[in-house]
Amino acid sequence: MNSLLQYATVFILTAFVGVEIISKVPSILHTPLMSGSNAIHGVIIVGSMLILGAANTNLEEVLGFLAVILATLNVVGGFVVTDRMLEMFKGRKPQTDAKSERPAP
Amino acid sequence: MSRETVIDLLYLFSATTFLVALKGLGSPKHARKGNLVAAFGMLVAIVATFFKFVDGHALHHVGLILLAMFIGVIIAVPTARFMKMTAMPQLVAIFNGVGGGAASLVSITEFIHIKSTSPATYVTLEVLLGVLIGTVSFSGSTIAFAKLQELMTGRPVTYPGQQFINAVIGVVALGLILTILVTSSTTLIWVLLGVAFVLGIAFVLPVGGADVPVLISLLNSFTGLAVAASGFTLGSNLLIIAGTLVGASGMLLTRLMSKAMGRSLPNILFSAFGAVITATGASGVEGRTVRSGTPEDIGVLLSYASKVVIIPGYGLAVAQGQHVLAELASELESKGIKVYYAIHPVAGRMPGHMNVLLAEANVPYEDLIEMDEANSELATADVALVVGANDTVNPAAVNDPSSPIYGMPIIHADLAENVVFLKRSMRPGFAGIDNELLYNPKTTLVFGDAKDTLTKLVAVVKAS
Repeated sequence: MNSLLQYATVFILTAFVGVEIISKVPSILHTPLMSGSNAIHGVIIVGSMLILGAANTNLEEVLGFLAVILATLNVVGGFVVTDRMLEMFKGRKPQTDAKSERPAP
Repeated sequence: MSRETVIDLLYLFSATTFLVALKGLGSPKHARKGNLVAAFGMLVAIVATFFKFVDGHALHHVGLILLAMFIGVIIAVPTARFMKMTAMPQLVAIFNGVGGGAASLVSITEFIHIKSTSPATYVTLEVLLGVLIGTVSFSGSTIAFAKLQELMTGRPVTYPGQQFINAVIGVVALGLILTILVTSSTTLIWVLLGVAFVLGIAFVLPVGGADVPVLISLLNSFTGLAVAASGFTLGSNLLIIAGTLVGASGMLLTRLMSKAMGRSLPNILFSAFGAVITATGASGVEGRTVRSGTPEDIGVLLSYASKVVIIPGYGLAVAQGQHVLAELASELESKGIKVYYAIHPVAGRMPGHMNVLLAEANVPYEDLIEMDEANSELATADVALVVGANDTVNPAAVNDPSSPIYGMPIIHADLAENVVFLKRSMRPGFAGIDNELLYNPKTTLVFGDAKDTLTKLVAVVKAS
């Protein structure tokens, strides 16, 4: 029961931290935020590795194998998509395309 | 220090990077770095896990683990890299769904694994919650993906007695959970998995149109909670922390998104919004005239304006017109005309989606203004140029209490001296509602593909 209590404590405190951190994010970053947090719950890959690594039966192996594939999709896809989105948030910079003939300020 | 302590410290490090990443997303400057920090933290966690002991032995099946990861990587990287930017919402949906599926599988496998030790009732409950929430997220996200990818209709799917049937499925799932808690039956867990799968589909079907992104945000939060539940089962603080962070932030984000649409979350989930099109839209449209103009007219109008507010919508993205739009804007700016982009919180299909698309076209971040600022700029603007947007400028949200979008904050394009709509056709927008503004005497419509029209506008503006 002790460990359950410890996990529950972590759960409750983290829930508040999560809300607190997010409430400061400007709305323009909501899409990257959704995508970024999507990548973070890909941490289930650690759980997937542990169950496949502990698998004793064929059934467990198959399920664990599938879990690792799915979790890898989540982690890798999540981070790559988020990075692609954020790559595009740049501030004002010397005009490059379309107006390249204009001298840089 | 023992091996386990080192691994736990590394996990603690990873959990910290996730917090730092979410914090970093608070500003456009640090967001990208934040994401990379989280990716690094994730890598550390994965590497550390290879050295972990389970059931008193080192990980078995390391080859299988690496193979599964390899398969995942070769599917995920090309998909994530080469899908169009307009397809981002459904990409997030599908990558979220597979995460939910993984969480569900982890929970169920762990249950099979520890069943012989007759685990405590609360452990079984954690497993069941993980399976239920994870599977709902998996099947729900898949349907949301299909809707956004237009593999099926994007509109709400309704049938008689839908609410009742959904309630029955929910009750069956609950009954199964109670039964399994008593009997610890593995067979019934598989049944629960099936029921949860159906529940996810049934839950998402009646949600359509502009509401799907809100739903994705909710499902993202669900996956977080499913991961946290798996964390409880496996006794992993890292999973609990990461899952809960996402669960909590996802809930808040979902609320922010529904607030931006002026509606409550239950309303979005259960009211089959958009199915009422025929009831509200059809009447009074017949025989009304709109004023249409040519790109030449509009080009001249724009050239002699002193302030232009561009209101982009999803139609712009569909036409891939953001680059030409940016060109038009800089052309106007070089004539000394003040140009703003007014961004509605739900422009595009997700909050911030339009910002991403415009950023892709190198539109300077500073030219984008949010709704409130846009509305004060519009009062003194000569031209409001609405490109592929519709619902976000629909005055029905303010004037017509019977309209399904009544109460949604809008960009008041009608405040500007002239309103120009670049539209493909008279078809109503994403929410399926007719727009009064189209019939306003101030309004000029230019029909045609947004990209073509914009290209013509650039030519006219250059020449005049």
